Formats: sequence, C-alpha cells, structure tokens
Amino acid sequence: MNTRSAPSGLDARPESLSRFLHGLPGVDEVGVAGRAAGLATRSIKQDSKRWAIDTAISMVDLTTLEGADTPGKVRAICAKAMRPDPTDDSVPRVAAVCVYGDLVAVARETVGDAVHIAAVATAFPSGRASLEVKLHDTRDAVAAGADEIDMVIDRGAFLAGDYDLVYDEIVAVKAACGTAHLKVILETGELRTLDNVRRASWLAMLAGADFIKTSTGKVSPAATPEVTLVMLQAVRDFHVRTGRRIGVKAAGGIRTSKEAIRYLVLVNETVGDAWLTPDLFRFGASSLLNDLLLQRQRMASGHYSGPDYVTID
Amino acid sequence: MTERIEVRKTWKLYVGGAFVRSESGRTFEVNDATGAFVANAAKASRKDARDAVLAARKGHLAWSAATAYNRGQVLYRVAEMMEGRRAQFVADVRVAEGVDAPSAEQQVDAAIDRMVWYAGWADKLAQVLGTNNPVAGSYFNFTIPAPTGVVAAVAPQHSSLLGLVSVVAPIAVGGNASVVIASAPRPGPAITLTEVLATSDVPAGVVNLLTGDPVEVMPWLAAHADVNALDLTGVDDADLAVALERDAAGTVKRVRRAASTDWEAAPGLGRIRSFLEMKTVWHPMGV
Amino acid sequence: MTFEYAPAPESASIVDIASSYGLFIGGEFVDATSGRSFKSVNPATEEVLADISEAGADDVDRAVRSARTAFESWGSLPGRERAKYLFRIARLVQERARELAVLETIDNGKPIRESRDVDVPLVAAHFFYHAGWADKLEYAGLGRDPRPLGVAAQVIPWNFPLLMLAWKVAPALACGNTVVLKPAETTSLSALAFADICRQAELPAGVVNIVTGAGDTGRLLVEHPGVDKVAFTGSTEVGKAIQRAVAGTGKRLTLELGGKAANIVFDDAPIDEAIEGVVNGIFFNQGHVCCAGSRLLLQESIADEALASLKRRLSTLRLGDPLDKNTDIGAINSLEQLERIRHLAGVGDDEGAERWTADCQLPAKGYWFAPTVFTGVTQAHRIAREEIFGPVLSVLTFRTPDEAVEKANNTPYGLSAGIWTEKGSRILWMADRMRAGVVWANTFNRFDPTSPFGGFKESGFGREGGLHGLAAYLEASDD
Repeated sequence: MNTRSAPSGLDARPESLSRFLHGLPGVDEVGVAGRAAGLATRSIKQDSKRWAIDTAISMVDLTTLEGADTPGKVRAICAKAMRPDPTDDSVPRVAAVCVYGDLVAVARETVGDAVHIAAVATAFPSGRASLEVKLHDTRDAVAAGADEIDMVIDRGAFLAGDYDLVYDEIVAVKAACGTAHLKVILETGELRTLDNVRRASWLAMLAGADFIKTSTGKVSPAATPEVTLVMLQAVRDFHVRTGRRIGVKAAGGIRTSKEAIRYLVLVNETVGDAWLTPDLFRFGASSLLNDLLLQRQRMASGHYSGPDYVTID
Repeated sequence: MTERIEVRKTWKLYVGGAFVRSESGRTFEVNDATGAFVANAAKASRKDARDAVLAARKGHLAWSAATAYNRGQVLYRVAEMMEGRRAQFVADVRVAEGVDAPSAEQQVDAAIDRMVWYAGWADKLAQVLGTNNPVAGSYFNFTIPAPTGVVAAVAPQHSSLLGLVSVVAPIAVGGNASVVIASAPRPGPAITLTEVLATSDVPAGVVNLLTGDPVEVMPWLAAHADVNALDLTGVDDADLAVALERDAAGTVKRVRRAASTDWEAAPGLGRIRSFLEMKTVWHPMGV
Repeated sequence: MTFEYAPAPESASIVDIASSYGLFIGGEFVDATSGRSFKSVNPATEEVLADISEAGADDVDRAVRSARTAFESWGSLPGRERAKYLFRIARLVQERARELAVLETIDNGKPIRESRDVDVPLVAAHFFYHAGWADKLEYAGLGRDPRPLGVAAQVIPWNFPLLMLAWKVAPALACGNTVVLKPAETTSLSALAFADICRQAELPAGVVNIVTGAGDTGRLLVEHPGVDKVAFTGSTEVGKAIQRAVAGTGKRLTLELGGKAANIVFDDAPIDEAIEGVVNGIFFNQGHVCCAGSRLLLQESIADEALASLKRRLSTLRLGDPLDKNTDIGAINSLEQLERIRHLAGVGDDEGAERWTADCQLPAKGYWFAPTVFTGVTQAHRIAREEIFGPVLSVLTFRTPDEAVEKANNTPYGLSAGIWTEKGSRILWMADRMRAGVVWANTFNRFDPTSPFGGFKESGFGREGGLHGLAAYLEASDD
C-alpha cells in the first residue's frame, strides 16, 4: 500500500506535503508497463464484450474543446449524448458532455438534467492565469449550469516542488465549485514520470478532488494505460486509508472500443467492481463513442457496420 | 674444526594461516630422489581436512570481499617473496625431484613468473570474462564472474613447485580459497611455499596446504558439503579420480578432472574459469 | 456491476495430434524396437492425447550412432552454412508459432497466454541468437581454436518443453555438435513437432534425434559410451545421479537443477511492481519454474501491508482452462507432481505455518492447485528449504540487509534471487552478495537468449544462453 509514511489521519492537510508525497513508494516504470501490457492481453468476448461496450458508453464524457466550437456543435453533441444511436433506444446515455465554460449554458439548455455537464475551467488547458481568474472561471461555469468542473493543476508549480501552491489552488477551486464535482487534471504528459503521477494523484485527492483525470487532451501523450494504472493504484490506496472512493478519468487519445475495454480491464483488476460505474470511472473522449457504437452494432447484427451508420457531430 | 650441525625445520601443515601438526600426531618420512631421509612431514588426517575447510570458508569470505586490485597486489607480493627465496626453492626442487641446478632454476623461475602472470589477471577477469547482454527489453543486463568458493585440490605429484603454483594461483586469483594436498612424495617445495604465503599478506585460510596421502584425505574433501569444487589435477590413480568425481556429485561440486599437463607451456584461462561462477544481474531501465 | 470475462478459448483446431508417435532418428520417424509405448495426457482434462514410443537400449544406441554419423559432416560444415539452418529453424518456429503454443498448452497445461507470449517467442529468439554465433565462435573468447565436442545427449524437463529444447539444441548445433534429445515423458509432443520443423528446414539427417521415454531412456542416453557431452535440466536429485554416472567417462557435463530462490522486498521497494514481481515470481507457469521466487523475504516494517496487497492481488488471478486466453494459472503438469505439491503443502500445515489460498473454483477434471501462500514460515521449515515446484509461496521476514543476505543464501541451492528496493547502491550491494546465478533486481523471471542462465551450488553448473552458454558445447586448445 502506498501509505506507510502518511500521517495517520488524512482528513487534514499533512504537516509537510513535500515529506508526505516524497515518502510515497517509487514507481518502476518498466514494471508498470509490463503489468499494463499483460492486462492488455485479456480477451473480452461475447456477453462480456457487450457489457463492456455499454458500460464504456455510459462512462463517456463526450467532449468538444475546440476554439472553433459553436452553439450548434455543442447542441449536436448534446443530442448525441442523450441518444448516442438514434436507431437503437437500448444504447445507454453517456455520462456527461464536456465543453468550455462559455458553452455550458447552451449545453444545459439542450440536455436538461439528462446528463451531467462538465466544464473545463481554471484557464484550461495551460492553467497559466491568476488564482482569481481561475476561481472566476470556475464560478462562471457553475453558475451557467455545470455540475462537474474539470480543473487543471499548475504543473509548473508542481514540477518546481511548490506543492502547497498546487494544493491551495485545488482547495480554493473546490470551494468555488460548491456542489459541483471536481475533476483534477494532472496533465500527466507534462509530469513525465510515474513517480510524479503518483504524487500528483495523492496531492489532488488530499486537497479534495472527487476525480483525478489524466490529461487535457491538448498535450501528448494524453491518457495511457500505464498512467491510468498508477492513478488507479492511488485511488485504491486512498480508499484503503480513508474509506473514500475517488474517481479516475482517462482523457485523450482513447479512440477505439478495444482500447476502452482494456481500460475497463485495468479498472476491474486494479480497483475492482466498485469502480466500474460512471460515478467513479470516465472516458474523456470524442471519437471513441462512434467506435463503441459501431462495435455495438456489429455485435447486435452479426456483421460489420460502417461509418455512415453512426452519426457525425 | 667440528662441522656445524644443521638446524632442521619441522614440516607442518599450513591451515588458517598457522603452521600446525596433524591432529592425528602422525608423520611420514620424506626422502630425496636418492632415497635419503629429508624430513618427517605431517600426515594430514580427515580432521585436518575438516579444519582446513573451516579455515578456507573464512578465508574465502575475506578474500572474495577484497577488491580485485588488492588480490592482484597480494598475489604479486607472493611472487616477490618467492623471488627472495629463489635459492631455497631451487634447493628444494633439486632435493624433491632430483634434477640438476639449471633445471631446478628454470622451474623455479617459471613458477615465479607464473605467479606474476596470474596475479595480473585479478583485476581483468571481470572485463575479459564478463559481458553486457543486450536483452530484448528495457533492462540493463550484465554477467560478471564470482568465485565458486572453497576448492579442494590435489597438486601435481611430479612437478613439485611449478605444478603446485600452477594449480594454486588460478584458484586464488578469482577469489576462491583452497585446501591443497601437496605432492605426496615431493612436498618440500610446498612447505617453503607456505612460508612464502604466510609472509605475503595473503589472508589466513585463503590457501591451506596439507601434506599426506590424497587417497586417505581426498575422499573426505570430495564428500564435504562445504567444499564447492574439486581440482583433481594431481590425482594419478584413475580409480581414485573416478571415486572422487562420483563423491563430488553428492553436493553437485564442480570438478576439474585429472589431466596430464605440460607445466612449461603457457596456460590459458581454463583453470581460472573452472572455479568461477557467472552471475547475471537484471535491472529495468526506466524513468 | 461485475465484469465477468466470457470464455475466450484459443482454437485447438490449429494442431493436428497423431494417435501415435515413433522416435525421430536419422531424419525420420521410426518405430521403437523396444515395442513399448506410453500415453501423453492433457493435464487439464485427463484426456489421452497420443501414444508415444518408449526408446529402449537399442533405440538409444541407434540414435547415438545416427548422431555420430551426422557429426562427421555437420561438425566440419562451415559455420556460415550451419548458421543458415538455424536461421531457417527460427523462421519456421515463428511461422508455426500459434500451432506450437497451442500444442504446448494442451500437452503441458500452461496457460496459452504464457506459451503464446513467452515460451514460443523465446524459442524463436534462441535459434536466431545462436544462428548468428555459428560462424563467429572464434570471437567468443572461449579459448584458442574452439571446436565442437561431438554428440550431445540432452535431457530436458516438462515445465518449458519447447523452450528447454531450444536452450539445448540451438547452442549445440551452432557450435557444430549433433544431438540426441530426450524430452520429459509427460511433454513429448512439442519436441516431436520440432522434429517436423527439422524436416521442413531440411536439416541433415541425424543432426537432431529425438528419443522419447521416461527416466530409463534418459539414463540409457546419458550413460551411452558414444556420447561426448551430457546436458541436463531437471531435479537436483536426478542431476546428482547423472553426475555420478558420467564420473570417469570424460564426458563433458552441464547441469541446470532445482532452486529455492529468495525474493527480497525492502521497505523502500516500488511496492506495486514488487507485488507483481512476487506474483510473477512464484505463480508464473504454476510455479513449475526452477528459478521461481518461492521464498518471499519481506522486510518486517512493511510485511503486513505487503501481505495484504499480495493477497488482494492473488484474488484476481484466474485459474482454469489453459487454452482460455484469460487464464493466469493453468493445470499442474501431472498427477505425480500434484501429489508432491499436496504433500509438501501438507508438511507446511503440519509444521505450523499458516496457509492461505486464493478463493478460486478448481475444475472437476484435471490436475489443479490453487495459488497458496504460507505465512509464519521460518528457515527451519521444510517448505522454506525444499523445492515444491508448484504455486506455493513461503513468506519469511527480515529486519536488516545482512539478515536478508544470510537467509537468502542459507540454502544448498543457488539459482536465482530477487531484490526489490529503490536504492541503487543497495541493489548492487545485495547482488554482489547473492550466491545465485541470476539476480533479478526490481524485476523477476525475465529470460533472454543473450542472458546467461544457470546456478551456483546445488542448482548446477554451466550456463545456458549468452556468450557463456557456448562454452558448454566447445572445447579449446588452451582450456
């Protein structure tokens, strides 16, 4: 377990964040890659595949985060979020729609209470703005109807070892969220090492994150099985210590059903059943949904489908 | 004028850096090539062999923990001490083997030079015998030689010094300790070599020299569970060699078999290699 | 919601198992003159797979003579030509990889995941690696003018049937020797499939001969006077008997025997990877691995936490149909081995160690043993000293690095060791002190054709793989 050098209670901020985070066990990158590769060979077929595809659909945060986004585009993905396959009512809704703050109102108007609205906030994706701006960004999104906030951490501060700054920002954003759930984006592609991923995961959880999220999708690499595995280990160990279940969101770069199912296997064999719910695991993705739908159609019809049989947003 | 009476030396066993009599109290008469009395040598018993193995195990721990550079220096020091006793060795070899002075000198010189040759190998073995292995994966992988441990050896019966040095040195240079049974009929030069070893900074127990009958002592060593390897170079009796090799199987000892060897010829690395284990270490390479 | 994995069996239709097999001698399958045969059984189903000929004295003699005749030309064939045969074999193994993996799994009981991802790829890699050596032997630094030894008698175990064949055959052939190989009696089929690969490679007749049978056949082979070299992988007990048998014959001998490896986990280990390594160390291939990390040494300060993590992880292992692509733990190779494992586990109980078993359903038919952990084990327990060769882990604790070294080395074996710590200098300090031929630091059970493998002490002598492995099949003028 990852907690042996942690203070006995994790309700309050550890006396020294630096000492606590650096006391976490190291992560061997090659070992993690080996474990992830091993789990990637799991062969998920038939009923289990059907179940996995539907579960994955229900975990999607259908995302559009382009400078070119328009209300029309957002309405389109909202429609799709509520009814991913217009020809098939048995397809579950996705978990949420994820948009920039200025489009939250449009989204909320379209989906009503049917799905969650997640807004990226805090000067997404770089996070390079004053705390005041970040908090305003957050309050603005919540006020517009977002019930989930995807914030970015200050990677520069993290890499510089200024953990207190990162912690304080998360605490402040969390407060600004009110009742909205807070997803903390670690941007693991900029943290570079899995040791940093583990530390950032703990830092975010200690500061009050409801979810820890791999990436903005704007930095490569985004989500990887290795990074997600380390984050899943962190939430597992945090749960052992505190009894609290923190969610994990793998975002960016996940495009195929096969990949998504591999992530579900990672979840299943690292943290177990309890996390196999949209409340605790999400995919941040856009094109993934269509591939899940194509696979679903294939399994239902017995033949391969084609891109003209799913909707383009 | 009365002739001065020579002060004779008592020939003892060399165990754990000390000169000891056989615990059995036995001796055997050693004669020169003409059959004249030379000395009573201690006749090692199975308990002497047991004590020698205990000493060797201790010696091995110290010796294998030393740096290769240090082992090389110590073995070179042995050669220095041999050079200082060159005349004594020549006399010993003449008595033991019945050869003329030039022949004995040639053997002694070759023995000293051989010790120097082996000494120089100490800090090169890992480079020459070790490897870096390009495994198909993100791992750093290397193989290095490690000493086998305690080696029981029978020195050549005929080549009383050059043969002895050619057996002892390659065992020692890799970090092993040895229990060596000297030539049974010609132990004289071995006795002098023990005096050299005792004054050469060789840690106690690294080389233990027994005199006596290999037929009596070797089976105990071949079956001893704390002996890791046998060097049967000097076992001339084919039946004994087979029996010892068979006994060695009891604890899967490494065995270097008896073989006629031209001691004058330049040695290869075969003897050193016989008493080294190759250890391979893997470690991941990641950030 | 629970995520059940539906059965995902690999198709067995890719293999074609004959109802009976002869011996492969002189490039063709021949009937055994002994007239005797035995059954090969699928250990996961107890179904009889084939009738296998048992080679008797005349058969072994014929095989050795065939190898001797072949050596006349093979031994003097230019290395560059030998190399091309070995490259061909490597390619043929790759081409038939799926078939070989399925066959291995059916005959051995190991999970298809392992035969497909570990065994067979390593077989091909071994032939590839050694193929390149065939015309470069004088560069190996193994003495002046390296020459082949002649006819090699090779006896291999059942735990990695085809991989052990590759470890033996590839270096022997690369160095110019010819071979008579005896596979283990419970796992002959992949060796017989390899005979067909030799046919497809147009390997000259007699260069590889395969005689099937049990211990008697193996004894006849290693004791045959026409053999120049004996290579054995298997139990220490049989290894000692072979060493006794070849005494005085002048035959060259290498032995790769048992082990009781310590897997040492320090309190600063990368703990999640360490737990994976511990699991892989003892439950890979059902623990039928001579270098298995069968003794877990946990630093006391983390012992309770690490054990909890270990048990949690073991609870996710999937035991069952070896052909199912999601199976982690397959069948025990034979009833005999299963009984040995049961017996030694029973000894653990009797000695007062505490047994914990992963909660898993054992299939009704076949030979199975659930992953098992014994805690409260001390150095004095038999389950801490004897090789169980099954999915049984003995857990001990230590307080200081010195104590870990002492306990790790306190065994007649010396095949492998594992070290888990994030501290680099401690790794090197520990590795230096391990009396073991393979030291895995922050990893375990990794194999590669370039990496020498073999033991200290009663785990045998000689190395297989890498440059050092060539020495077992060569003699030099200045040795």
